[in-house]
Amino acid sequence: MSASPRRRAPGAAAGAVAVRPVRAADLDAVIAIDTRVTGIEKRAYWQGVHKRYGASRNDGRQFLVADAGGVVVGFVIGEVRDWEFGSPPCGWVFAIDVDPEARQAGVGTRLLAAICAGFRGAGVTKVRTMLSRDNRLILSFFRSQGMMAAPFIPLEMDA
Amino acid sequence: MKLQKNTRLALYSVLEFAADPARHIAASSIAERYDVSPHHLAKVLSELARAGVVESVRGVGGGYRFAANARRLTLLDVIQLFEDFDGRDERRESGDDTPVGRALATVLEEVDEMARATFATITLATMLRIVERHRGK
Repeated sequence: MSASPRRRAPGAAAGAVAVRPVRAADLDAVIAIDTRVTGIEKRAYWQGVHKRYGASRNDGRQFLVADAGGVVVGFVIGEVRDWEFGSPPCGWVFAIDVDPEARQAGVGTRLLAAICAGFRGAGVTKVRTMLSRDNRLILSFFRSQGMMAAPFIPLEMDA
Repeated sequence: MKLQKNTRLALYSVLEFAADPARHIAASSIAERYDVSPHHLAKVLSELARAGVVESVRGVGGGYRFAANARRLTLLDVIQLFEDFDGRDERRESGDDTPVGRALATVLEEVDEMARATFATITLATMLRIVERHRGK
């Protein structure tokens, strides 16, 4: 979840974007967006994610894409997790990205709204995410959507 | 945590201006609303004007108005005009070079990193939404 905002791509105005479940044919576009943003192509990883989250399912998992006139310009992935960290069931967004050429057009907002709607449909009302505190662009995005610090502290150590 | 008085005044003022960017607001109006000295506030507004965050408007109905981009300007941008928040505190204190002192510095830096990440990712536009949520409380 990192990148810098750039100019708006033609056809990426929020009104022209439809958010829908991912299809197998979208995977190349998803991988291309992630590669452009992170600089690392992770094809095997994305194929695994698609296998776990992509199929039409009813287990709280969502993998949605933003489709601008047949072009995938963004994606969001998340799932409902039960009692993780002692928390009642809540929605976790673990990936969201928008093609740098399609930013500043409300695509990320549409994607987040869609996955939140899915979470509500699954019966949860709390949505969480976690990302690097250095990732100010995406942190600012989530802040702009109303997210505040959660009552958890991530910790790590050398194994 | 506590922000210095000038920093808080700057944030109060900037958020008042950003809430209605086209409107000129008299310094006295902000001083009254936040119960602060007009003289003290004038110094803060002068610094904000120097930084290009607000601009002064002369004449009848004059005052100040917002001159920045609320979707880009963060709380940290404003805070750093008034206090050094982004750099390490270079002041040396007794005990700093002891194991306990170094351990304490590590923990305090962890706290500072979180504070910086928070202030740096809340824009004025986001802050205005948070303000709105508090209006009904």
